Amino acid sequence: MNEGGREQTARPWEDPQAQPFIRIENLRKEFDGFPAVDGVSLEIYQGELFAILGGSGCGKSTLLRLLAGFETPTAGRIFIDGADMAGLPPYERPTNMMFQSYAVFPHYSVAENVAYGLKKEGLDKAEVNARVEELLELVQLGDFARRKPRQLSGGQQQRVALARALVKRPKVLLLDEPLAALDKNLRERTQFELMNIQDRLGITFIVVTHDQDEAMTLASRIAVMEAGKFLQTGTPSEVYEYPNCRFVADFFGTINLFRGHPETCAPGRVRCEETGTMILVDPDAGHDEAAGGLTVAVRPEKIRLSREPSTQDGHTVMHGKVEDLAYYGNYSVYRIRTDSGKLIQVSSQNAGRSAELTLEWEDQVYLSWPRECSVVLTR
Amino acid sequence: MQTDSISLARPDMQPVPNSRSTGLDLRPMKPRSTFVLSCLFFGFAFLYIPILTMIAWSFNDSRLMSVWTGFSFRWYAALWENEQVIDALLLSLRIAFVSATFATVLGTLAALAMTRMGRFRGRTAFSGMLAAPLVMPEVITGLSLLMLFVSLQVLIGWPAGRGADTIAIAHITFGMAYVAVVVQSRLAAMDRSLEEAAMDLGGRPMAVTLDITLPLIAPAMLSGWLLAFTLSLDDLVIASFVSGPESSTLPMVIYSKVKLGITPDINALAAIIVGIVGTGVAIAGWLMVRTARRQAPARR
Repeated sequence: MNEGGREQTARPWEDPQAQPFIRIENLRKEFDGFPAVDGVSLEIYQGELFAILGGSGCGKSTLLRLLAGFETPTAGRIFIDGADMAGLPPYERPTNMMFQSYAVFPHYSVAENVAYGLKKEGLDKAEVNARVEELLELVQLGDFARRKPRQLSGGQQQRVALARALVKRPKVLLLDEPLAALDKNLRERTQFELMNIQDRLGITFIVVTHDQDEAMTLASRIAVMEAGKFLQTGTPSEVYEYPNCRFVADFFGTINLFRGHPETCAPGRVRCEETGTMILVDPDAGHDEAAGGLTVAVRPEKIRLSREPSTQDGHTVMHGKVEDLAYYGNYSVYRIRTDSGKLIQVSSQNAGRSAELTLEWEDQVYLSWPRECSVVLTR
Repeated sequence: MQTDSISLARPDMQPVPNSRSTGLDLRPMKPRSTFVLSCLFFGFAFLYIPILTMIAWSFNDSRLMSVWTGFSFRWYAALWENEQVIDALLLSLRIAFVSATFATVLGTLAALAMTRMGRFRGRTAFSGMLAAPLVMPEVITGLSLLMLFVSLQVLIGWPAGRGADTIAIAHITFGMAYVAVVVQSRLAAMDRSLEEAAMDLGGRPMAVTLDITLPLIAPAMLSGWLLAFTLSLDDLVIASFVSGPESSTLPMVIYSKVKLGITPDINALAAIIVGIVGTGVAIAGWLMVRTARRQAPARR
């Protein structure tokens, strides 16, 4: 469908030569003086599966509706494939949307639902039928063409909505919480189906979601949104491993946060407020700019547990005892109470059949993690 | 005769042949308090005994309302012979049909405007004003319309006198309010993203309204139409104000006949009207319930 998308580099946002496909400039949308989208700028490249992630009321749906043309921006501009979208109504935009409620027309059959957009384009019947059939095959609903939506399950309705939005071959497909209404098993399957379809058609997808797992597995890049602003934009591993603020760090999975102050005489050392001990960080992390103290964030899986204190160079070491442990099969989660009373969460892979370290409640342990795993957050 | 018609209105003085057929099932499925059951019984009795008594008497063979001489359809046949009544019935049906149709068009437009225009200044006031005719005393509505028609006739010569046209216009005004309320509630319950999806797929606003909105609110429009139809058929007060000498609707004819003394064929006529109105209301209700059930979120 879109040959250009496949020839691009895998990471076009790192390529200075690459032209963004969608450009959002200082977009702002106010409702009754209250900004829902507050000065957002963004560049999305062709063939990306871009996720906008945030809690409810963060403005992510408004941003999607601005792209689709259902809302008019208060300020700022949107370009899709070089064309300014200002003043274009939804029915003239090269975007199609998959709604959270699916919005499958209840009085049309599955085939009629999918055909609707093509009929409005004025295509002749034969082509409409051919493309409807093709799309229904793609979403595996070929046998359901004549059914009415109320005879379908939620997952099938979702695929009708997807086919209906794809049949017009939009330049951009907007998906509003595409998987939120599905149950867990169906969700995982659909997730991979979505990725497959996106890969095959090469259409640029913009997904809005509140589910960080969904964003992580689906997206080529993620923008984390809060109070109408983008906090961080990056690949899933970037936002997970290198969060740039406490909100983003906390949003993705669990993380241990230590409040502290940098040692002025010794770069790369942060004295933790809560434990009183020293945490080693990257000396170039630029933590000197934080006047009111900073936060060191460490992911639970980066921390190693041992009976003896680690002597490795550049490792932060703390001591505590096991307060709680939970066995999840492929990994275990420990909650360690340090001597100063702070609770730290540690997770470890159960790689071997019997763990090399068998910990029980109340066991005394040492925690350690290398310097590069300490993420310094100043916001 | 006169005393009979008075006693008709007081069912407590009459034998009550039908007290058991009020639709009340007295066999309790599980123990219920006698208090609740008797409340139910007396409530429904209060509501329906007068009507049921009247229907029962319409099958009475005797001309007298106090003696039951046997079952007969003779008053229904007599009714058929009564040209004044038949003419009035046809006029009423015509007015009801025309006014319900116009009321449905206007009421639907009003409902669309109220729900789809978004928030604007004075929206609450407008939506209150749209529903106000529902609670406005009919005497006042009738009088104000009469004054309007009279002054219009003086000013622009139209309407030339009062008759079926003016009754229909008057009925449109209150029928429209009912339609608007019914359609508005359907629109409010409808998923807005259906229209957005249609627009997103290339439907221009007019096409979206025709393709998506109207089919989905059609049942509400139909029940609004039925409601307006039956209300128009029922109306006595407003019609009396705005009718002319040549145009007496059925309720007006009945009322004038009762004033002169009731004849049993009026019972038969009333029984027929109860039947028509009851059917209309039942169909309207059934349509509403059915669409509500159909368009409820699908099984997931």
